[in-house]
Amino acid sequence: MFIYPVYSLRTLGLVLILFFHSSLEGNSSEKVTTFRLDNGLQVVVIEDHRAPVVVNMIWYKVGAADEEMGKSGVAHFLEHLLFKATNKLKSGEFSRIVEKLGGSDNAFTSWDYTAYYQRVSRDHLGLMMELEADRMKNINLTKLNIETERKVVLEERAQRTDSNPGSLFAEQRRAAMYLNHPYGIPIIGWRHEIEQLNLEDTLAFYSEYYSPSSAIAIVAGDVTPTEVQELAIKHYGPLKPNVGFKERRRNSEPPHLAERRIVFEDKRVSQPYVIRTYLAKERDPGNQQKAAIYTVLAELLGGNETTSVLGKALQIDTKKALYTSAFYSGISHDISNFGLLIVPTEGTTLEQAEADLDMVIRDFIKDGVDENQLQRIKAQIRASEIYAMDDVFGLARSYGAALTSQLSIEDVKEWPKLLGEVSSEQVLEAARTLEDKKIAVTGWYTKLPKNEDR
Amino acid sequence: MTVLKVLMISLILLTFCSKLSATAITEIKAFDGVKAWLVEEHSIPFVTLEIRFKGGATLDRVGKRGSVYFMSALLNEGADDLDASAFAMEMERLAVELDFNVYQDSLSISFKFLTENKNDSINLLKKALTKPRFDQEPIERVRDQVLSILKSNAKDPRKIASKVFFENVFGSHPYGSMKDGNLQSVLSLNREDILNAYHDVFNRNQIFISAVGDITPKELRDLLNEVVEEIPANPVKITDQVIYKLPGGNTVIDFDTPQSVTIFGHGGIKRTDKDFFSAYVLTHILGGSGFGSRLMTELREKNGLTYGVSAYLASWEKADLILGQFASSNNTVMEAISIVRKEWAALAERGVTADELQDAKTFLTGAYPLRFDGNSRIARILVGMQSQGLPIDYIRTRNAKVNSVTIEDIKRVSTRILKEKNLYFVIVGRPTS
Repeated sequence: MFIYPVYSLRTLGLVLILFFHSSLEGNSSEKVTTFRLDNGLQVVVIEDHRAPVVVNMIWYKVGAADEEMGKSGVAHFLEHLLFKATNKLKSGEFSRIVEKLGGSDNAFTSWDYTAYYQRVSRDHLGLMMELEADRMKNINLTKLNIETERKVVLEERAQRTDSNPGSLFAEQRRAAMYLNHPYGIPIIGWRHEIEQLNLEDTLAFYSEYYSPSSAIAIVAGDVTPTEVQELAIKHYGPLKPNVGFKERRRNSEPPHLAERRIVFEDKRVSQPYVIRTYLAKERDPGNQQKAAIYTVLAELLGGNETTSVLGKALQIDTKKALYTSAFYSGISHDISNFGLLIVPTEGTTLEQAEADLDMVIRDFIKDGVDENQLQRIKAQIRASEIYAMDDVFGLARSYGAALTSQLSIEDVKEWPKLLGEVSSEQVLEAARTLEDKKIAVTGWYTKLPKNEDR
Repeated sequence: MTVLKVLMISLILLTFCSKLSATAITEIKAFDGVKAWLVEEHSIPFVTLEIRFKGGATLDRVGKRGSVYFMSALLNEGADDLDASAFAMEMERLAVELDFNVYQDSLSISFKFLTENKNDSINLLKKALTKPRFDQEPIERVRDQVLSILKSNAKDPRKIASKVFFENVFGSHPYGSMKDGNLQSVLSLNREDILNAYHDVFNRNQIFISAVGDITPKELRDLLNEVVEEIPANPVKITDQVIYKLPGGNTVIDFDTPQSVTIFGHGGIKRTDKDFFSAYVLTHILGGSGFGSRLMTELREKNGLTYGVSAYLASWEKADLILGQFASSNNTVMEAISIVRKEWAALAERGVTADELQDAKTFLTGAYPLRFDGNSRIARILVGMQSQGLPIDYIRTRNAKVNSVTIEDIKRVSTRILKEKNLYFVIVGRPTS
């Protein structure tokens, strides 16, 4: 039945949309509460009583952008190692306990956070918290763990990055985008640095950053705040915060004074394309308006293949592109980026495609916003809030990402309203910043020249 | 964002069921005896509708491979009085979500709409399903996209591996070629082929429907009557049964990449076989989700040879396989394959331990009710149950079937279905041995 991988044509099967898709999602209507324990741990409860299921998460406010120079990948490596032994549990026992309960568990790392979660029946919430509290402080790693798991991470890198020319290209573009900020390093780490990660590096990172005072617990599903509070006090309450923990100290970007252009050639490339990303303001606490404007701008320019500005001009009217998109995500601790993508039709060069893209942006700035399109996008923003309530895991995840990027629950709740208030004038003003290529990296993704291709 | 462990996309046969504690399924009878299963959920003001037509890509006519897939990609590119742009704008105005997916044996339609826009949304769905335009403009535009995808697939080691594997396993049977067709067939498809594909698939005798959300039985019946009445009832085309005969071995496809990808498997077991549940539990122990499976333990946890490995029962309407997959560096992939073979043989010979069986049962029975969170998930489960011919009370009885599997059953079934000598691997990369 579901044997062949499923591709929808709308995503062009190039998996582009997975990466280049801005999120309209707002989360204002669901029941969300928060409180803080004496040791600094913030706890967030998202109620959804439709099914007797609960998602238990711990988010650490540390990620790949907090790594020491030369130790890229250590945040993600540590994430893998947290499934090994603790003082109480044997290696792998954490996941075995969860599985015996019919649950599932996993973890993920980004530049700004590292998060762990379990999805279990509501009765097991206390046990999950007990286990998370245990591995926040008590991991017990061996040299052999390091050796074996480093091989796993290198295989992961081979699978997700080295075997995928599109991922390699993204990695290179990102490195060119950030001149000084550590967002330019890959989350999984550069291969040569992963190969050198050792037990000492990993434990140093762990003891500096894994602390209740730099963590957020999120519990979502069939629970009440009172229940969660009792359990959190019992299991997380006794944890001691790290002494001398400092706030994040990251390098920031200097002014960008030179346009950057990169060309990525690989014989595994079949479909060439052009992507340009610009530095763009992220959502900041109490200051999300610019980000809201960029979010709406991305939707107007490239949210829908048929009705968006790029889609209509390049895919429908002139057939110059097979696919176009504009993308932006405001959830980021530090400065984010705004992107444009064009996948040209056969016979159109990348040079021509890039010129077409520029022309459509210029025309948009000249012609202005189609008010009907803006209204339709706002209707979708309202609907996405309703649809988002169907996926409690997704809600928990979006709160976690927002809160570890310094936003508050009030900021998250205010977001849909801010999106709804964005005006045509504001959108055009933001669109004008796209004419400044000094803050941008333009990347060409292309096949090898004919004579070098095998 | 990097996910630690590959949460194996559930390619496993969808053995849907649960103890849906609070959830009651109502059966609705619509026009001409067409049935739908409904779970009312009024706490969020939207509805998810799942419609599935059996048949899918196997209904492609001779020489027209990819026509059903192509057709499905055109279903939201204009209908009735709305051309592609007008249709897209109407979708945006109503904020509906409408997705089409094609599999070898089915075409599925997922539709989500807000309660406040119910009537207009249903009207739009009805147009899409009963009056698609298949205008020349979207046909050519989408064709270029499909061709681009096909060319990209030809340079993607995973796609190459599955294409070669299924070609060699299924030969000239429809399952032996990719559902999205090939360059030659897709270039040749014209509007008439698309219309044929549409008429072949949209058959009232092959329809299954479920709905979850903010809608009453009466509202759903009225809605379905409107849509279903205009879909004709036709004779059902039967695809040939496949008998698995391929001998074991390796096929290596040379591809310049640092890590080899492999897909492997051999014949499986029918969903209706009396040993099916034993085989299901057995396969979970061998290569199921999570970290505790034998293959994951040996390949990843102990030896660091891969990021993730899985094995699962894969059942089509007319063929059954056990399949597995993983990727490993060129210099370790052959070692990893020999470990898979060793584990396969050991399981066939010695079966499982009592603890392993108990753990598998508690996982499978405990995980089952957790599948039912979210309207969209429930709707997909219900339509899957119907298309497999499972009874409406299956959710209540399924865990008992898992629990009744004994260690002797596992022993017997592992000898019966796990055939190390028959294991066939397709390896794409530059393996060194």
